[in-house]
Amino acid sequence: MIYGTAVLAACYLVGLTLGEWLGAWMGIKANVGGVGLAMLLLLIARWLSRRQDADKPLLGGVTFWAGMYIPVVVATALQLDVHKALGAGFIALIAAVVTVLACGLLVRWINRHEPAIASPISELSDVDD
Amino acid sequence: MTDFLVKVATQNGLITAFAVVGFITVVASSLSARLTAGRVHASAIAIVIGLVLAYVGGRVTGGNKGVADWTMLSGISLMGGAMLRDFTIVATAFEVDPRHLREAGVLGAVSLLLGTVVPFVVGVVVARCFGYTDPVVLTTIGAGAVTYIVGPVTGAALGASSDILALSVSAGLLKAILVMVGTPLAARALHLTTPRSAMVFGGLAGTVSGVTAGLAATDRRLVPYGALVATFHTGIGCLICPSVFFLIVRAWMS
Repeated sequence: MIYGTAVLAACYLVGLTLGEWLGAWMGIKANVGGVGLAMLLLLIARWLSRRQDADKPLLGGVTFWAGMYIPVVVATALQLDVHKALGAGFIALIAAVVTVLACGLLVRWINRHEPAIASPISELSDVDD
Repeated sequence: MTDFLVKVATQNGLITAFAVVGFITVVASSLSARLTAGRVHASAIAIVIGLVLAYVGGRVTGGNKGVADWTMLSGISLMGGAMLRDFTIVATAFEVDPRHLREAGVLGAVSLLLGTVVPFVVGVVVARCFGYTDPVVLTTIGAGAVTYIVGPVTGAALGASSDILALSVSAGLLKAILVMVGTPLAARALHLTTPRSAMVFGGLAGTVSGVTAGLAATDRRLVPYGALVATFHTGIGCLICPSVFFLIVRAWMS
């Protein structure tokens, strides 16, 4: 358990550090894709450990945290400033609604060749709910 | 007895948060099974319950952290904060198939760019329609429509006033909430069925919390693909909103 968690933590810290560094290099006050880089590092770590047949001990620690993802998102929803966001006035609401609609239409258009329902990936998905 | 319970719950905030979120999930699962025969995903219901409780929390306490402003529930802000959110997102990458990433790499980048330009333009145009003419204000509100982090970062860089910053954060937050709630409902219309489609969605919808919560409530296995693209959103937004986009808006207004 701790082995997987530690590898995950190492990827996370290195990824975020690279993101900070990338942000500083571009001269902006933000982490540029640190989480995305950490995800790529974790993929590399998985590949390396698989090559040495050592990915079993990794699995428990990482899948535990992956499974905690949805509960964490529920907690994120619980601590958002929903009251203020809804009270901010029309301009914020209209900007948000129009943005979501415009982007939704674009997603639909770009994805127009993807199947609309039931691919194998969706059928496999409910295992851990 | 209740005094002791409150004391223990407050002192062990994170553990209390686990218990509270677990309870909400149990309620959501049973609602999903009984009221919708499993058609509406339990996680979608749990997220909506979370948002409603956060609204109530903000209304009752007058704070800005949803239910986490109740001292007993302050651990929720640790559990739902950026650290654990990003840590668990990274963990989901373990289920990613690299072949899918290569397939959709370019498409993901294109949608990422579109997902920054389109919300910004919409935000600026809406703000202009409401009578704002100051390029700093227009840019800040446009940046807020990209994500609720890009908004304040851009506004702070340009020196916008705090009420405009709040407006900008609210626009981004409302967008995240709409994406969270709307994605499972619109999943079929958006053709959200493959890793590729999830990456397009992650790029265009922006907001990491909105994308990942929306995908989690649609199909858990799509989460890492959407997240991988969406996490670049904030960085790109923070890069071009206060610079290139601001210059364009200023040129347009003068």
